[in-house]
Amino acid sequence: MAIALPAATTRPRRFARRLPAVLALAPAALVVIVVYLGCMLWTIRISLSSTKLLPVNDFVGLDQYLRLFSNARFQVSVENLVIFGLLFLLGTLVLGFLLAVFIDQRVRGEGVFRTIYLYPHAMSFVVTGLVWQWFLNPGLGLQKLVRDAGFETFTFDWIVSKEMVVYTLVMAGIWQSAGLVMALLLAGLRGIDEDIWKATRIDGIPTWRTYVSIVLPMLRPMVVTAVVLQSIAVVKVYDLVVAMTKGGPGTASETPAKFVMDHLFYRNNVGLATACATIMLLTVIAVLTPWLYSQYGPNSQRRGR
Amino acid sequence: MGAVSVRDVTVAFGSLRVFQQLSLEVELGEFVVLLGPSGCGKSTLLNAIAGLLEVDAGEIWIAGRNVTWEEPKDRGIAMVFQSYALYPRMNVRQNLSFGLKMAKTPKDEIERKVAQAAALLQIDHLLDRRPDQLSGGQRQRVAIGRALVRDAAVFLFDEPLSNLDAQLRNELRVEIKRLHQRLGATMIYVTHDQIEALTLADRIVVMKDQKIQQLGSPADIYHTPANQFVAGFVGSPRMNFLTGRLERAGNGPLFVAGARQLPLDGYAFASAVEPGRPVTLGIRPEHVLVDAGSGWHGFQVEIIEPLGADNLVWCGDGSLAIEVRLPGERPVQLGTPLTLGLDPRRISLFAADSGERL
Amino acid sequence: MSTLVQPAGRRPRHVTWGRIGVYAFLLSAAAFILLPLYIMILTSLKTMDEIRLGNILAWPTVATIEPWIKAWSAACTGLTCDGISVGFLNSVRILIPSVVLSILAGAINGYALAFWRVRGADLLFGILLIGAFIPYQVFIYPLVRLFSAFGIYNTLANIVIVHIIFGLPIMTLLFRNFYSSLPPELFSAARVDGGGFWQIFLRVMLPMSTPMLIVATILQVTGIWNDFILGLVFAGRDNLPMTVQLNNIVNSTQGERAYNVDMAATVLTALVPLLVYFVSGRWFVRGIAAGAVKG
Repeated sequence: MAIALPAATTRPRRFARRLPAVLALAPAALVVIVVYLGCMLWTIRISLSSTKLLPVNDFVGLDQYLRLFSNARFQVSVENLVIFGLLFLLGTLVLGFLLAVFIDQRVRGEGVFRTIYLYPHAMSFVVTGLVWQWFLNPGLGLQKLVRDAGFETFTFDWIVSKEMVVYTLVMAGIWQSAGLVMALLLAGLRGIDEDIWKATRIDGIPTWRTYVSIVLPMLRPMVVTAVVLQSIAVVKVYDLVVAMTKGGPGTASETPAKFVMDHLFYRNNVGLATACATIMLLTVIAVLTPWLYSQYGPNSQRRGR
Repeated sequence: MGAVSVRDVTVAFGSLRVFQQLSLEVELGEFVVLLGPSGCGKSTLLNAIAGLLEVDAGEIWIAGRNVTWEEPKDRGIAMVFQSYALYPRMNVRQNLSFGLKMAKTPKDEIERKVAQAAALLQIDHLLDRRPDQLSGGQRQRVAIGRALVRDAAVFLFDEPLSNLDAQLRNELRVEIKRLHQRLGATMIYVTHDQIEALTLADRIVVMKDQKIQQLGSPADIYHTPANQFVAGFVGSPRMNFLTGRLERAGNGPLFVAGARQLPLDGYAFASAVEPGRPVTLGIRPEHVLVDAGSGWHGFQVEIIEPLGADNLVWCGDGSLAIEVRLPGERPVQLGTPLTLGLDPRRISLFAADSGERL
Repeated sequence: MSTLVQPAGRRPRHVTWGRIGVYAFLLSAAAFILLPLYIMILTSLKTMDEIRLGNILAWPTVATIEPWIKAWSAACTGLTCDGISVGFLNSVRILIPSVVLSILAGAINGYALAFWRVRGADLLFGILLIGAFIPYQVFIYPLVRLFSAFGIYNTLANIVIVHIIFGLPIMTLLFRNFYSSLPPELFSAARVDGGGFWQIFLRVMLPMSTPMLIVATILQVTGIWNDFILGLVFAGRDNLPMTVQLNNIVNSTQGERAYNVDMAATVLTALVPLLVYFVSGRWFVRGIAAGAVKG
């Protein structure tokens, strides 16, 4: 056996040992560079050009953005996104938290309740949209049901009303997603030390007060995660609208995500579409950055320990 | 009237009966330790006293009141938990005062009590910190402080030191003992650590399989264990157990194990001697006499475990193995022949079948 | 105070107003959440006459499976009237390679990231994670141009590749976290025993990954089956998945709409993920938790 020189096993060998790992990660790296970074930058680049149907390689500054912000349809989209987003977040959080808390009261058939509350989350937004569209159909759905029951002046035609249609999206959205929040928060509730509950009973703290003052603060990481996940779902909302209202009546229930798709594929205004997509990107980053910072940033508790 | 009295209490989880008519009297100002292996029911008993667990039959009295159906907060108790159970998002001051605030205690009184407890436990400088900024020992001090401010007649401790490392455990053990002496309050303390039990307790309740095995002072428990389980559970290193049988020789009872015999003059029998009965003889390592003139010859040193102050020495003669505690300064060597002397007044005899003391 | 012989306080009752309130809330919430499913199934079993005359919650007087048959094999999407079965088969053809390949890619990446120190790997993982949150709209146009340039736009291969690309972040995260949670000694022992990159992966890690493979499969099957936007853009007219066809059947009908057929088609589309959900039970929740948590 040859005596190995001290330097013999360094660089080249180590590299050879790691080569398979490098090769295995190469496709992922390619995807990250070409798709996640490349396509993103490409989209931003196009949004700064005057592209209509075919790419034009000019540079028009923020013209597309100015056009976008003065576009009536875009304005409606943003308005809808804000209304939908706030109500959807509030609704899913409140309902999800209540469901989690009530399920946590040592109830019988807990598994059945949990299964029921979460099943909408397993379905496609297209399915959700179509079911709610049918349920809220003024001629044959809920409105007719109540009228037939004797309340003949009852009116519930939100889905065909320009002012109210966005609230029907909120209803369907909450219906689909409250279970997700419940599942996240319930996992958090189950992680709470049994002794804490005993201590509050010894201290004589009422149950509701315990939830508000002690448990809810302990669930903060879960609540924050839920808010971030749901906020991003809000920005992405597309299938629900397409299936439920087709953006209508008129353009009353348009959203930015749908605005992008329509201008890309039906209205042949790629420049405007990419500008809107870039705005969506910035929105997501605005939501994401503080969260990522708190999770992984230099002062995060996770690191601290 | 006692401070806490548990009368014929039965606790059941579904069809599983945890306690069957268990009773316990705790005197005013007494420090009682519930000792036993995990799953013996000691924590269940404590939770029943605290009212965290519903009893199915029987009564619980605290300070002369029947509190069987009373809410925990109204029982005049305070409790300290193994996992501290501090409210994580509140600082120390809020942790101490939250219960008082809920009970609508006047503000200045809350402040006075918090300050008092903090001073007593030397946590004044930690009042504005949050639990996650405290060490384990500090957290447990805070948890004790939260119990102190409650003006309770009875303090309940549920394995409060089990999550701490050995050093801190010793420190806080002394602290708790000092606290008891200072306050003179009644304390009930659950642990699986027999050293904690022996050092802290006025009386120890040894439990196993949801039953009280023995109730007595630490000395009682240590020197005259009521059965073989108690004998083996309390004391470290463990008591030696030798199996054999009882015989009656001309002038008195005799313990026989193989070729070895031990006259039992001076042993306080609790029941009549039945010749031929299989028994287990127990003797603590420090009670075995070495180099006794008369005794069991022919033992050899087989293993030596030096502990500094003492040496633990395993001696064998081929059939029996006995552990002996020898002073550290006494030189021993492997293979040294030894003569072991067993003093009948220092041994315990247990029935081989039931394990009960004879 | 005289000595209280009677127990202070009341023996706790087991049926209290509080308990009734808890169950009332849970049951009404369950009713609200089950209602759409109930309506969907009921409507699909009614005749159009009954739908027009009766109310939406009423039990069908004559249950018929006619709408189901029509939805499956004769409902019209635009000009063709072959039913949603076409979409079902397309979804299956998209689903199988997409699920298998995306999980495999995620497992390999996760393994490489968890155990092998490769320079830049953390950066790669970081970008991948952030990418998971970015809306598809940001990538779609360049991707269409890219795939057109390679001549695979609007093909089965195209949609499969797209699913792999967009499944990469969550799958990698899932497996990286799983492998990172294993005792590192396991990997060290395998290295000492002389295992190479692929040997350790195939012989040691993959056989241990069953729980994650189940979670990943649930996540990807439901996710890819429920996808709408990617299928719409990349699959091409011949491969449109079930969700897209469903939407076409319901929302592009000319003339009077057959609500019973629409609902039958909707139930059929929801069937696969619902089946996965009800069969997998707790595993599904685990998938949500794994997907929701942070590295």
